[in-house]
Amino acid sequence: MSASDHLHALESEAVHVFREVAAELERPVLLFSGGKDSIVLLRLAEKAFRPGRFPFPVLHVDTGHNFPEVLEYRDRRVREIGERLIVAKVEDSIAAGRAREEWDPGRPGTSRNRLQTVTLLDAIEQGRFDAAFGGARRDEERARAKERIFSFRDDFGQWDPRAQRPELWNLYNGRIRRGEHVRVFPISNWTELDVWHYIQQERLELPSIYFAHEREVFEHDGMLYARSEWVEPSSQTFTESVRYRTVGDMTITGAVRSAALAVADVITEIAATRVTERGETRADDRTSEAAMEDRKRQGYF
Amino acid sequence: MTRTAGTRRTSSAGTGKQLLRLATAGSVDDGKSTLIGRLLLDSKLLLQDTLEALHRNGKNGAPDLASITDGLRAEREQGITIDVAYRYFTTPRRSFIIADTPGHERYTRNMVTGASTAELAVILIDARHGIVEQSRRHACLSALLGIRHMVAAVNKMDLVSWDEARFLEIEGQFLALAERLGVPDARAFPISALDGDNVVEPGAAGWYHGPPLLAHLEAIDVASDRSGGPLRMPVQWVIRPEDGARGERRYAGQVAGGTLRPGDEVVVLPAGSRTTVTAVETVDGPLESASSPDSVSVRLADDLDVGRGDILCGPDDLPVSGRQIQATVCWMSEAPLRAGEHVALKHTTRTVRAAVESIDALLDVTTLIDGAAPDAIGLNDIARLTLRTAAPVVADPYSENRTTGAFILIDEDSNDTVGAGMVRAVREGGRPPEHSPGVTWHESGLERDHRWDSLGTRGATVWLTGLPASGKSTVAAQLERILVEDGHPAYFLDGDNLRHGLSGDLAFSPADRTENIRRVAHVARLMADAGMVAIASLVSPAHHDRALARELHEAAGLPFLEVYVDTPVEVAERRDPKGLYARARAGKLEDFTGVSAPYEVPQRPDVVVHGAEEVVRDSAERVRAALERIWFPGG
Repeated sequence: MSASDHLHALESEAVHVFREVAAELERPVLLFSGGKDSIVLLRLAEKAFRPGRFPFPVLHVDTGHNFPEVLEYRDRRVREIGERLIVAKVEDSIAAGRAREEWDPGRPGTSRNRLQTVTLLDAIEQGRFDAAFGGARRDEERARAKERIFSFRDDFGQWDPRAQRPELWNLYNGRIRRGEHVRVFPISNWTELDVWHYIQQERLELPSIYFAHEREVFEHDGMLYARSEWVEPSSQTFTESVRYRTVGDMTITGAVRSAALAVADVITEIAATRVTERGETRADDRTSEAAMEDRKRQGYF
Repeated sequence: MTRTAGTRRTSSAGTGKQLLRLATAGSVDDGKSTLIGRLLLDSKLLLQDTLEALHRNGKNGAPDLASITDGLRAEREQGITIDVAYRYFTTPRRSFIIADTPGHERYTRNMVTGASTAELAVILIDARHGIVEQSRRHACLSALLGIRHMVAAVNKMDLVSWDEARFLEIEGQFLALAERLGVPDARAFPISALDGDNVVEPGAAGWYHGPPLLAHLEAIDVASDRSGGPLRMPVQWVIRPEDGARGERRYAGQVAGGTLRPGDEVVVLPAGSRTTVTAVETVDGPLESASSPDSVSVRLADDLDVGRGDILCGPDDLPVSGRQIQATVCWMSEAPLRAGEHVALKHTTRTVRAAVESIDALLDVTTLIDGAAPDAIGLNDIARLTLRTAAPVVADPYSENRTTGAFILIDEDSNDTVGAGMVRAVREGGRPPEHSPGVTWHESGLERDHRWDSLGTRGATVWLTGLPASGKSTVAAQLERILVEDGHPAYFLDGDNLRHGLSGDLAFSPADRTENIRRVAHVARLMADAGMVAIASLVSPAHHDRALARELHEAAGLPFLEVYVDTPVEVAERRDPKGLYARARAGKLEDFTGVSAPYEVPQRPDVVVHGAEEVVRDSAERVRAALERIWFPGG
């Protein structure tokens, strides 16, 4: 045994999780947003199953407010790896009367985040999926720190933090009843920096918005939002060199000022940063201290 | 992991830092959360928004360090830690994962959970109170879970005026405790988490010349704990080449002990077959060797029947395969456990059914001394149990391997994880022996292929399972007819007929059903070996019984086809040719599957027959087609 670095240990753990789910659950699906965490998941799935095919399809919940760069990347990447992509659209949930837009569309900070949950749960039900891989990490937020790698959802997709199964050693219990499903987080133990180091190590391509680019932005509530067809600027717009730390809806994802053109530059910037990823760039998590816990209870990732 | 030359990645990849998984336990009173907060704060891991939240919650301008670790709203409201929380921090020298658990007795199961993956335990001791029951409990549980490195953080030294004599007294007691528990590496540190003394930065005591706590955590060597020991690799998954292309199968898994190298001889357990490793690989290419915790895939020289649940082992030091397990179990469910009860047992990548044969002793978790044997064990109890499993388990003692010696217990009704087990010993037994004493299997001298080719036949067992009156026997009889009329020897083993004579002494309790199935499976195996298609039609409601029948065939290299006759219970009940459902509903028939006894639907049947809507002849033809695909895979 050579001195294995911690990224290697985290990778081995995640690959083990992927294989356990494939073996013990009937119909898994991998949730892919085109964001950096799900890009890492896709790479880990290759590590777990190549040269065989993935024993599951890839699912994207399209809010209709995504960055075009991310959608382009999504289609290309899934084509490259030759796996099946399912796209579930929030638009369709709205059209079908399953979901309703919240407050004022067009206002920055207004989002389809909660609507996304409806579309996700519908897609899980339609596909009869019993396991969904997601890229959530425990370092993101306090409620996540206590969530299991195998996180159970009842037949309404809800999470009960008080009724979680103990998770010991590397022995995961994937038994569920019909109608229930399990969210599986193979990179639970990774930090934001681990993800970036892994992207560097594996030379993974990312959507261009993760790197510094010129963009027309405006300031709202202390965050920088991009001007887009879905967001009405609430203040004077200006052009700034920015990048994104997370990829969500254009309506809720804030940009950070940056000059980082390559992965190494981003790592340097993150190592020096003094604000958490979600606190800095996600309006949805700043709503209240228990914001994430509440949304998770309702079935959000 | 060592990569073969040419596939080695450049050194810019990765960070080269080692990972240390550590467990803490304790209450806010001990200053445990404050200590974690201090580690995060002083190693500059707390970011601005988190800090602001701390100051909002804190008093008199000082950050409320403890609130960092209270993740759930209920915990913040009650000011306690309920669950295991995982924290991450990294220093220039090392990355850390902290499993943070509450210390109270009623959270023993959380402590056990946190300790299960930890390599080091930090025991919090309040300098004013010394070693109390809670610190003793945490040390004992850590030792029980196999943690080899223990650190006593003697906290609140500022409140005893940094009294050296007080520290030395506690240190002496702690080292004596660690020694009694057999912990090879133990050390004590005087600290003040609140003031930040001797945690990350050196402290206020002139008399203390050792390193601060963090420096010790950064330097400690845990890599040597993982390596060594004989090779163990539980097979998780078989990777088959894409799109039916011909090629070797790869057996994927995570190395749990020892070293795996191409050219090494390995034994596949429980079958016991020997073969040679031809390649150890990842997506990135071949490896010269792999060891724990590498996730890899392996190619083998011989075309063996290897699958999930098997373990690849080094040939010299084999784990024990058996059905009787003596173990230490932490019970995690509100519902008590009694002797005679059934649970599912997941060990490495294999899940088997198990019954509690006996409860042998209750452990005192503050001394680890065995107490009297109780009738039942309750939530947070730790006990010595003897378990009997439906199929053999291949395990090492937990003291020798923390992966192949560990298991969890699952409640088959609620699906909850209800117990955590550590193997002490495995024995054959608890079941009818494989053979009578003093006899050996007589090989006839005729090779199977030679026999089959000469007779122009192929053997197999078709196992039909489903509810009573689902139509199993109708399909079985039809299959027998079309095979025999085609000149293929086949014989229908009808469940009811077998209960005349061969199993005439058995009733319908779960144990008797298991025994009945064992007998039928053995008869079917002999018939299949002879070159016939044995068609067994049995309700066989339990997974583990059907798995046993399959294992018996697979171990003998004979095809086994599980056919699930999927007929809704309403349809079966309407048919009810023997009036059995009516009697069961009237309470006159005990243990009747579908009414008063459960039927476990097959998870991966080879063929599913829709008994309610499919023409019988079509069902039988589909089963025959499946048989032919097994016998003539390319054709």
